[in-house]
Formats: sequence, structure tokens, C-alpha cells
Amino acid sequence: MRERIDCDVAIVGGGIVGGSAALFLRQSGLSVTLLERDWCGAKASGVNFGGVRRQGRPLEQLPLSQRAHAIWGRLPELLGTDAEYIRSGHLKLARSEADLDSLIAYRERSQGFGLDLEIIAGEAFRRRWPALGDSAVGGSLCPQDGHANPRLVSPAFARAAAALGAVVREQTPVDRVEKDGDRFVLLSGEALEVRARVLLNTAGAWSLRVAEAFGEPVPLESLHPNMAVTEPLPRFLDVNIGVEGGGVYGRQVPRGNMVVGGGRGFALDADRARPERNAVLGLMRDAAELFPQLRHAHVIRCWTGVEGYTPDRNPVIGPSRTTPNLFHAFGFSGAGFQIGPAVGQTLAELVRDGGTAMPLEPFRIDRFTPTP
Amino acid sequence: MNAPVPPVIVPRLAPLPPVIVGAGPAGIRAAERLVAAGLRPVVIDEAARWGGQIYRQPPEGGPFTRPKSALYGLEAGKADAVHRAMAAIRDHVDYRPRTLAWNCEAGALDLLSDGAVETLPFSHLILATGATDRVLPFPGWTLPGVFTLGGSQVALKFQGCAVGRRVAFLGTGPLLLLVAYQYLKAGVEVAGIFDTTPFLTQARAGVGMLRDPVTFAKGMLYLGWLRARGVPIHYNVRPVRAEGTERVAALVWRDAKGRETRTECDAVAVGLGLRSETQLADLAGCRFRFDAADRAWLPERDAAGRSSVPGVYLAGDGSGIAGADAAELAGERAALALLEDLARDHGGRPVDAARVAELDRRLTGIAAFRRALNAAFPFPADWADAIADDTMICRCEGVTAGTLRAVGRSGQAREINRAKALTRVGMGRCQGRMCGATATELLARALGTGPDGVGRLRAQPPIKPLPIATTIPSPAPGEGVKCDRSPPRERATPQAGRSHDA
Amino acid sequence: MALLQRVAENGRRVVRFTLDGRPVEALEGDTVMTAMLTNGDRLRRSEFADAPRAGFCMMGACQDCWVRTETGERLRACGTFIADGMRLLSDGEWTS
Repeated sequence: MRERIDCDVAIVGGGIVGGSAALFLRQSGLSVTLLERDWCGAKASGVNFGGVRRQGRPLEQLPLSQRAHAIWGRLPELLGTDAEYIRSGHLKLARSEADLDSLIAYRERSQGFGLDLEIIAGEAFRRRWPALGDSAVGGSLCPQDGHANPRLVSPAFARAAAALGAVVREQTPVDRVEKDGDRFVLLSGEALEVRARVLLNTAGAWSLRVAEAFGEPVPLESLHPNMAVTEPLPRFLDVNIGVEGGGVYGRQVPRGNMVVGGGRGFALDADRARPERNAVLGLMRDAAELFPQLRHAHVIRCWTGVEGYTPDRNPVIGPSRTTPNLFHAFGFSGAGFQIGPAVGQTLAELVRDGGTAMPLEPFRIDRFTPTP
Repeated sequence: MNAPVPPVIVPRLAPLPPVIVGAGPAGIRAAERLVAAGLRPVVIDEAARWGGQIYRQPPEGGPFTRPKSALYGLEAGKADAVHRAMAAIRDHVDYRPRTLAWNCEAGALDLLSDGAVETLPFSHLILATGATDRVLPFPGWTLPGVFTLGGSQVALKFQGCAVGRRVAFLGTGPLLLLVAYQYLKAGVEVAGIFDTTPFLTQARAGVGMLRDPVTFAKGMLYLGWLRARGVPIHYNVRPVRAEGTERVAALVWRDAKGRETRTECDAVAVGLGLRSETQLADLAGCRFRFDAADRAWLPERDAAGRSSVPGVYLAGDGSGIAGADAAELAGERAALALLEDLARDHGGRPVDAARVAELDRRLTGIAAFRRALNAAFPFPADWADAIADDTMICRCEGVTAGTLRAVGRSGQAREINRAKALTRVGMGRCQGRMCGATATELLARALGTGPDGVGRLRAQPPIKPLPIATTIPSPAPGEGVKCDRSPPRERATPQAGRSHDA
Repeated sequence: MALLQRVAENGRRVVRFTLDGRPVEALEGDTVMTAMLTNGDRLRRSEFADAPRAGFCMMGACQDCWVRTETGERLRACGTFIADGMRLLSDGEWTS
């Protein structure tokens, strides 16, 4: 016998966006069913680098990012865990004067968003972070940015939603989704049918299936950021590090392990990816160049994930242009972890209030449609 | 920017030299058979000398002087034959000792040798990766002086050292009596044999073991010898704790009636049979199945040693515990399977069908004996229940039993990789080798299911720690910076860099 | 003060090294593990438990025997041979 669930909102995808949307919708008293094909927060939301960073984002993301910053400050209250979240500061390094100029220009452009960026260079830089040696001429510090353990944060949102009464079904892939009058109908095999007035498409790299089912194709591409972690080392780094121009990034967790990222893995199939050998070795080399403290360390584990990337590297967030009561939020292009909870909160607003103060125009789903 | 595309495995005009990982009994017999067929296999082994763990040779130099009869006892003849087999083909194999295969990806192995990395493409691969002790934790098991049973044997035969002056032997399996016997013979005091199996279980299963009267007789010989020298032998024992602050001072144990006894000792050797080293098979993409006898997930192999991946073969204890004799046979059989496949795909001489039939027959006989051994030395499944919540189960990351149970009981983790993500169990340097069995048992019990019901801990590269220094360019005189095998530098685009560090 | 006890093959050449700054002796063919544990009763201290560790499996699987040299190199003690002049540490960098 097929189980039938009728609810206000059905959510496809239990990552940090879907999980937080479920949580905030439950706080508003709506009935929610969250369907996750794997385990909640097991995909990109749970295996990303763990940077909780506003600095460096395109300006159009900063209102959402600021909103997320406030949510991150309330994690223990919302989730019952701090999930190893630390406001360590995020330091973006400049390896050349030109890169430093670019950081200065970003600070100017992002004035008014509340990032409080601080440019530190030359002797002052070396005095403040002697551990970084001569790897940079200076950097831009966002003192209240930080990092967290994504393996703990992302599942916790769905868990908190469930504690507030959301129906959370893991290991439940959605095989078919369609609209029947004013209800969305979601089928998972023969076992489960969910009917809902509102549908949220927060399925990360797998969101395309839902979008296409409602006539909204998006040029979404799956990519696989490469990560590695070292054995525990004595603490030498207290900030989350990025590099202007990209390449490598790293953070040392309080237990001493250094988590570094850079390069790309490869797909085993549509659902799984593996670190790529040359990317791993290249990452190790770049990390050692940036952090001489890693010279004698060992990498003990490498991993990657499956993440949806858009051509302009901005996510799709907001209402469907074809189907009332369908909302999308995906394509975070490797930068969805920090803003994820704010996107969930904004989706909840859209459902509850029919609108939001957040500027979502840059994230319209139809922006990729070529103009005739 | 597109993701790097891994090399696609295409049918090759000419196959590459076969690659064997592991130079123990299985790997050596495989290599011998391939050499006999006119091939020149690559043999990769982490050790400095061939022989594997069971027939591990002493280091070169020193000199080490004990004869093989002293090192391997009743197995000296077999050890010598295996050593000689490899010596005889030494010039016909590309032998790579002190080499770790740390990754397997898309038709190639990644090697680490002498601090340098190398990628070795293969068309045919035999994994003979062997096994290590299976252990379950107890309070105090991380104290200096607590070693695995196999490790205690390595200390003796490879280093001429005992792990203590007065050693307690705890666990189950054929190795328990053997190592105790070897210690006693070497003049070390044996504080006792603490066997987790009830005596009657062993006695009853002894009937089945008569299928291999020689092996059975050896077991009886060790037992008799230990008894005659007054070594206390206790059955149906469970450990309570190893006591000590900086090192072991005593083993406290409990008998079947629940009585606790404190036995003074300065070392404990513990082992509950063996567990297969399956990481490379996992990374090679082999399909796994749960094996009830080994209580573990093992890569599938057919009777000849073919895995689910064409061109990848499995032999020896690395894909299911069957012991050294079976490993020799399975190694040769896997090599014959490889040769059969080569003949089919690329033409060439057919293999010796009579030899294949002979090996298959003998492997079947050994399988029956192993079933009897498993019945004689059952895994003490209740041990896991008795582990106190504050006992550390993951030596690397310091995760306790209680932490693991909690994620199971609260419904947060219904699967072992999920438990790993939430608790860090299996995330440390050893990648779950030492804690994986425990974590699986504990999670299964917390969820009210069996160890087959919580999934399989997936392997991740590198399968052992990979030194970052291997990628650091070293300045060479007169030519600035040099980096031999370093990958090509790829300057990330600003957009790519921006886009995945959060 | 020694965890491991030599029971055979003591006639090998002497190798001199230092352990926590103290000059000590081992024999040629000793692993770093044997060399350290015949001169002391631990290899390192655990990063997370502040407890002594002395290895466990002796065959390169458990990874519990990584030790440091004075210049910061990390060696897996069960799989590395002792050499003259090595300067090994068994004190944790975690307790300092």
C-alpha cells in the first residue's frame, strides 16, 4: 500500500538549504515534508570545505550572506549544537601587489554591507601572522567570518526541522514530480506519494530534474572540488585562509588537522565523485608552498563531492517562472554553505508571505535563457 | 573550466605487464606462475623483503642469525619454499619493495616509494594485500604494552624482541596458541592464555578440523606444550581492563561465571582472528558482499579469483581469511585466471587445465577446513555489548563507544559512513583499520541489526598517510627549483578560485 | 624502562642515536620502534588523550606509531630502520 502524505510544503533535497527551509517553515507553523535521496546533509552541504565566509562573494550575494551571518550566530539555539563553528576571521591573501589592489578595490565596493574588512600588508602583516611566512604581501581580513564542520552543521538543520515536526524522509529519491490542479504530486517508487501546495527544489546538483520537469532547463554543470586533510598538527593558524585569484584554501581546526582544498575531482557516475590523483598532488604542493608548517605533515584523507555550478557562478534562487508555488534554490557553485541557512529562511518567507525583502533578481532562473 | 577527465580504460592492443600488490604467499605464487608463462610482472610490496607478514624475513644486515626453523617453527619448510620461489624469479620480475600503493584510480595505481610518487597504469592487477589482526577494544587497550597478536609475533621473528617480560595472550584463533608457544620457546614468561572461546566449542569443532589433520595436530601440540610448562589456559574469558598508567601492569579479566581476576603482566597480546585489507579493491571499484563467516564486507571474487572488475583479481587473505596455505594456492589460481583471460582477449597459450583443476580441488578442501576453524574460534559478538561507553574505540581520533552508540540510538546514523561523518570514527590516520569492526558491531547493536545491516566503511585515498613532502620541489644545484614527478601546475582562474572555498 | 625485551640476535652492530636528547644505543636492523622501545616505554603521546602510545600492530596498519625527529620529520616507527645519528622524540608536541 502506498503511503500518502498531504502537506503545505514539499521539499526535494535535504542539504543545508532544504533543511533550513524546513526548519524555518516549521517555525511558521506550516506542515512540511522533506525528501532526501541520500542522508540529509550528506552531499555537497556536508562534504564541502567548511568555510563560513562572506568576504569575496559577489556583491549581489552579500545581503543574503549578511542574513546568514546572523543565523550562524544563533546555531546552538537553532540546532542544539555549535557544529564546531568558529568566528576565526577569514583572511584572503594577496600574493602580489596587483592582488592586494584587487582586495582593496573589493573592500571599497563592499562598503556598507557590514563586512568590516581590514587590509593588512607588509611588516604589519608579517608581525600579525608570522606563521604565513613570506607567502603573501598582505591580505584582507574579515574578522567575523570563520569556519565550521559541514558534516555536523548540515544534517543538524534537517534534524532540527524534524524535531519541530517536519516529516523528514531519508533514502527517499523522488522519481516523479508533477502538478495536479493546485497540488504538487511527488512519487518515490511505489512506496510514497506526497501532495503539497508548495514545492521547494533544493536538490543541489540534482535540482535540474525538478526544474526541467516544469519546463525550466538551466545550464547546470556538476563539478567536484577537491579536499584533503592532514594529520593533527600543533596549532599554527587561527584564521580561515583563501587566496586572491584562487587556487588553494585552508583552515586548521582546533583539533590540529589542516583542511585544504583546491583543484577538481572527477565523476564516477552522476551521483558519485572521487578525488583526482594529480589534483590531490597539486593541492598538496600548493598547500605546502602556502603553509610551510605542512612540510613534514601527511595527508590522511582526500575527498570531493558533487556540486552544481552555473555559468555565472551565482545560484538560482526564487520563484519558478512557469509554475506558481514552485521555488528553486540550487546552483550555489561551490559557495552555498555559508549563505545556505539564509536561503532557507528566505524561501520560507516567500512561501509564508509571498515575498521577501531580499534582492533575488540576480538569481532568477530564467536569466540564462538566450535573448532572441 | 571542466573537471579533469580520468583516463578511460580502452581495450589495449597489447596488455601491460601484470601488476601484483603484495609479496606474501599469494603474491609470490602469482608472480611465479606469471613468470612461468613468460610474463614479467611488477610486484609491489610495502616491506623491505618478500614473504608477507606470515613469512616475514628478518631485516638485511645486522646480521640476524636465527635459522628459519627458529623463526617459523613448524612452518619453516613452507616459509623457505615461498622465499625460494621468489628468489628464483627475482630477475624476471619488476620487484618494487618499500613501495606503498596509496591509491587506485581508473586503470592505474599510485605508488609511493622512497618519498617519490609515481602513477603505474595497469591492464591486469592481482591484489594480494593480506590481512592484519582483528581486534575489539577494552579499557586500557591503548596503553603501551598492549599489542596485537600478529604484532607480537612480528616483534619476535623480525626483531628478536618480546613485547614484554611476562605476556598475557588474549583473544581467539589459531594464532593465539601459536604465538604464545613461540614466546615460551624464546624464553619469555607467558602469564596465561585468555581464550574468548568456550572450551566445549573448540572441542566440538575439532571434529571438523580433522579434515586437515596436520594443522589440527599442530594446534594440539602447542596446547600440550603450553600446558606441560604450566601455562594457565582460561576459556570463555572476557577482558575487563588493562591496568597501568604509563604502561601495562596487569590484565583484569572475567570468566564465564562472572568472576574477576587480576593477572599481573607487563604486556598483553590481543587478537580475534584476522581482517582483510580491502582498501585497494574498494578503490579499484570492486563490488563487495557481506561475508558472514568473516563478519566483514569483502570484495566479491569467483572461485578463480576474478573480482567484479575485469582485469582485477583477488588472492589470499586480502579478500577473505583463509590462511597462508590457501593464499599460495589462490595466488597461483588468480594468476592462471589472468592468463586464461589474456589468452581469450589477446591470444596466446592456453593454461594448464589439469593444474587449474588440481588447485580448484585443493582450494575447495581448504574452504571446508576454514569453516571448521571459524566454528572452533567464533567471533565473540557479545564483547561489543560489554564495551563501556567511556572506552575509546578509535585509537586515532579518540572516539568513545558511547559517542558511537549515541548517534545510532538517536537515529542520526543508520549507516556506518554516516556514523563516521558524525563522530569521526574511522577518519583518522588508520582509516578505520583498527576501529572499523568495532564501530560496525556497536552501531549494528544500537540499531538492533547485524553487522551486515549498517553498510560498509568506504575507503578513501590515500589508503595510508601520504607525506606532503613528496610534492615539494627540491632545489637542485645550479638549476633552481626542480620537481621530478610533480603534476603540471594549473593556474586557477579567479572565478574558479572564488567559487569553491565555502 | 624498556617496553620491548631482546631475546635473540644481540650480536648485531651498535647504532647510536638520541631519544629526547639522551644518547642511547640500538642495534643495526632495529626498527625505530624497537630502538625507542628498548630504551623507553613509549613512542609518542596521543594528540587527543594526552596518553602515552607505543604502537599497536607493528605491521604498518594501525598508524599509531608515528614519531617525530628533532627537525620535525615524521616517521612510522614500525616501518623505518634506525640509523646512526637519528635524533628522535617521544615527548608530545601536544603537551608543550
